[in-house]
Amino acid sequence: MAEIRLHNLAHSYSAAPNAPQDYAIREMNHVWQQGGAYALLGPSGCGKSTLLNIISGLLSPSQGEVQFDGKAVNTLSPQERNIAQVFQFPVVYDTMTVFDNLAFPLRNQGMDEARVMSKVHEIAEVLELHPLLHKKARNLTADEKQKVSMGRGLVRDDVSAILFDEPLTVIDPHLKWKLRRKLKQIHEQFNITMVYVTHDQLEASTFADKIAVMYGGQIVQFGTPRELFERPGHTFVGYFIGSPGMNLIEVQRCEGGVRFAGTVLPLSDALNQRLAELDGKRLQVGIRPEFVHIWDGVYEDALCARVLHVEDLGTYKILTFDLDGQVLKARLQEDQPVPREQVYLSFPAQWLMLYADDYLVEVAP
Amino acid sequence: MRVQNNKAWWLVLPVFLLVAFSAIVPMMTVVNYSVQDIFDPSTRYFVGVDWYRQVLQDPRLHDSLLRQFIFSACVLLIQIPLGIAIALCMPTRGRWASLCLILMAIPLLIPWNVVGTIWQIFGRADIGLMGWALNKLGISYNYASNTMDAWVTVLIMDVWHWTSLVALLCYSGLRAIPDVYYQAARIDRASNWAVFRHIQLPKLKSVLLIAVMLRFMDSFMIYTEPFVLTGGGPGNATTFLSQTLTQMAIGQFDLGPAAAFSLVYFLIILLVSWLFYTAMTHDDKTR
Repeated sequence: MAEIRLHNLAHSYSAAPNAPQDYAIREMNHVWQQGGAYALLGPSGCGKSTLLNIISGLLSPSQGEVQFDGKAVNTLSPQERNIAQVFQFPVVYDTMTVFDNLAFPLRNQGMDEARVMSKVHEIAEVLELHPLLHKKARNLTADEKQKVSMGRGLVRDDVSAILFDEPLTVIDPHLKWKLRRKLKQIHEQFNITMVYVTHDQLEASTFADKIAVMYGGQIVQFGTPRELFERPGHTFVGYFIGSPGMNLIEVQRCEGGVRFAGTVLPLSDALNQRLAELDGKRLQVGIRPEFVHIWDGVYEDALCARVLHVEDLGTYKILTFDLDGQVLKARLQEDQPVPREQVYLSFPAQWLMLYADDYLVEVAP
Repeated sequence: MRVQNNKAWWLVLPVFLLVAFSAIVPMMTVVNYSVQDIFDPSTRYFVGVDWYRQVLQDPRLHDSLLRQFIFSACVLLIQIPLGIAIALCMPTRGRWASLCLILMAIPLLIPWNVVGTIWQIFGRADIGLMGWALNKLGISYNYASNTMDAWVTVLIMDVWHWTSLVALLCYSGLRAIPDVYYQAARIDRASNWAVFRHIQLPKLKSVLLIAVMLRFMDSFMIYTEPFVLTGGGPGNATTFLSQTLTQMAIGQFDLGPAAAFSLVYFLIILLVSWLFYTAMTHDDKTR
């Protein structure tokens, strides 16, 4: 059990990195609190697995420190860090039975057989592996093997943290849901720090209390699923989280707000004040399709856009429209009337975010 | 399904002919010799299993069969563990890996009789580096007169010649193990021995099966190297089965007993190979 702190951490796979793009992990500071359930969310190749391997000690960072409870552990091996890690593809010891597989990390620690027995049975119970305990691991199906791999990670309850590297990739969808619940239960039961790497936002938000979104070797936002949804700290978070992602419009500064083409979007006074400091930066406004307000019929103060098409997704509809040359989306509830050809809409000020060079412009509320 | 006609069998004919000429016809010729006493093409007598009975009771053959088994057992016991050990020590990437691979491959490229000649000279007490050096060190060594020395020399020669094969096979097997297994083992705090025992060895099983079978068959049929090195001596100390067979067939022209013996020889190799195969794949079949 430990708090994991990443201090000025950076990593590059090339021997002599000089440009920022040579880095798989760009310099970062981050803290995983003891006992938290965290997700590390990001697209393929953003450095998630690299970061995980650095935490577990399979990889040594080119710069900075990994600290467990304030102590630097850079030079310690995974064994010494006492960390458990579950990999994307199942790793089982073929020649052993399921029982021996689960017992393996415990026996390597020199635990006595009676305790091994009870721990293995406990974890087999949770993962529903009991009927398989005496089967050779080689003869299992892929998802049974992955359950065994996970079991080997979960069986040690004294670990500093358990790291999951997209562990449910090979698992059937209906089992995925069950196993995620199981992990959550185990987390509540043992209060171990868990870091769960995934590229699936649903997986991340069902498992984790807080999500770190990674993009281009950096953690661009760290927050609860709700924060990520309501106030994306980076345009990538807006785009990556939510379905469909955030509407982003490139804008220029103007009197009283920002504008694109012929449309002026007024901003709050606080934001207008900040705008002055942001000269020379690339400005974007973003609003989630869920927060675009669609008026029923004609409304004078609203913006008028041309309807392009409507997708019916069952419980809701996605409206795609063209607003002054920008193709944007809005979400319509089931009972809302579907506009034809023209639509009147507005962007509620509280949900309209301003981004400068991709980062959210924060103002005091 | 109803059989329309049997024309499809014509498609099998080429394979059948090929196998017939490469295996069945030569083998049946040997079978033919083994059940007859032939003086000339017109003077031949059917003798049934007489030749078999004779070769199975021949003490000379018993002796060389025993020697053969001891030799093959020694070869396997030395070369398989040594080959695995070398493969584990070889560098995994970079220039040194290529260099090692080339060095390991060299003995495999040398013709059998040249290998025999190399060791014949290398071991000589008068002009051979090894023989001369050993004697200078006060160790009396002469493979031409001492049985033990002859055996050791033949074995070392075979180890030198063929351990590379085992090592290269194992090396390729080891390279095929995904990194994640080693990572998982480190996370599980496995000792080096446990990594070897539970990851490397099980994953090497299929290449080891090939290595064991090849080394058994080759060593059981060894002929050229000991023939060049010791000529089967001193006495009959290093006369192995194939050499005894050659003496019988070509030296004494006893074609009948030699044919019977060849078939027995063939069946022994087949049987032992089958035993190895069954023993090593036994686990996979128990589901």
